[in-house]
Amino acid sequence: MGFLKKLFRRSRATVQQLPSGSLTVDRNGEVVTSTVSSAYPKNLLREIGREVLLLFRESRVSQMPLGEVSIHYASLRITARELRGGAIIFLFPQTALTPTPNRPRL
Amino acid sequence: METQHKILILDDDNDWLELSRELLSHLPSKPEIRTANTSKRALAILDAEPVRLLICDLKMPRMDGLQVLAIVRRRFPELRTIVLSGLEDEEFRSRAYALGVDLFWLKTDMQRHGKMFTECLESLLGRDNDTGFRGIQSKSLMDIIQMECLSRSSTVLRITRGPLVAKLWLQDGELIDAEAEGVRGEVALRKILAWKAGTFENLPPEPNRQRTIQKSVNALLLESAQDMDEAANPTEPASIEQAAHRKTVWKLALLTREGADFVVAVPPEGQGEPESLGLGSQSSTSLVEWTRRAVEIARRLGERLDAGPISHITGQNLERQVLMLPRENKAFLVGWPTEVEGPLMEKSKKLVASWDS
Repeated sequence: MGFLKKLFRRSRATVQQLPSGSLTVDRNGEVVTSTVSSAYPKNLLREIGREVLLLFRESRVSQMPLGEVSIHYASLRITARELRGGAIIFLFPQTALTPTPNRPRL
Repeated sequence: METQHKILILDDDNDWLELSRELLSHLPSKPEIRTANTSKRALAILDAEPVRLLICDLKMPRMDGLQVLAIVRRRFPELRTIVLSGLEDEEFRSRAYALGVDLFWLKTDMQRHGKMFTECLESLLGRDNDTGFRGIQSKSLMDIIQMECLSRSSTVLRITRGPLVAKLWLQDGELIDAEAEGVRGEVALRKILAWKAGTFENLPPEPNRQRTIQKSVNALLLESAQDMDEAANPTEPASIEQAAHRKTVWKLALLTREGADFVVAVPPEGQGEPESLGLGSQSSTSLVEWTRRAVEIARRLGERLDAGPISHITGQNLERQVLMLPRENKAFLVGWPTEVEGPLMEKSKKLVASWDS
């Protein structure tokens, strides 16, 4: 009967905590160092690194190379600085408890 | 038999939960009240039971209300949501509305205007699932004003278009005052009616508001409609050219006044031509392409991380700062010199809102 329970078990609402901390990625998008909780999925961290590098690469192609990029979501801010082809990335969850980070200098 | 709806109240303050339960149990439709003091518990209840309405606090430990609302909007699109917060900050109001909540109330207002709050709740709950209409996205502001006047309403309509906020005061179905962009009266009404899109909410009436508008609503709406028609459809070729020239000059003046370097407006591919001003010798094509790619990358990443919708993207190098504002029908890229001081986000939003109106 156990396998039937597994088959028909209702999926539970899962809560994915937003990442908080910083990480560095090399020019290939591999995570070199990270202060993000080890419980946070590694593949998502790699994805953040890859997408951020892609953003820098696209800016170079468009002849507007950028040294720093911030993506502001409703509940997360990602700030990245280019670092010799790689990047250092800061992740700030935007919560009601910490409204001030949503007012950066830019 | 009338359906008994369920309301879920999420707040980390247990005393407040009890108070709210007591208040809501007296609603005429006698809904079943569920409470949760953590976001995790609330999501578990929503997952297990059909809930009609979620009343959510914003400031909570671990996962706050904005995060819960972002998850709820995606997982339970039919759920109606109200934010009930003690945070008197316009930024939270706009962030909550950006997440698609139905109503935003301050806890102090709820206590002060208890009757109106319960009426709003009843209206959101709806007595019957199969009848009644919800959503007026396709209605223009003119329609909304006419509807309020026809129903002899007394209310204050607060209209928001990005960073621009305007108010219309209605008393017994008559428009008595308007305020927008630092002006009042008929001039303000004309400015508001020129806005193409935005959001609105009903605030409690202010019967003692000084009357500045004497003309009838219909006459004012008709005049505004004629003005807009003439501006939008000039008939003579010369006047078409003049209108286009005037528009360009006006936009350049706007750019100079705000101190921005350039603006690039990028519609989705195949849905119109990109528009740019202030770029000088630099090609707009590469910037248009970058804007599209950057928005696409950011959207993809946001979806993977459950981070909610993109508000904006910023970037800088030694020469320039850029700010990208993705909107529903267009993305805007605004370039600023590095030495510009002040809140560039607010300045860019204002520039884009005026640009597009």
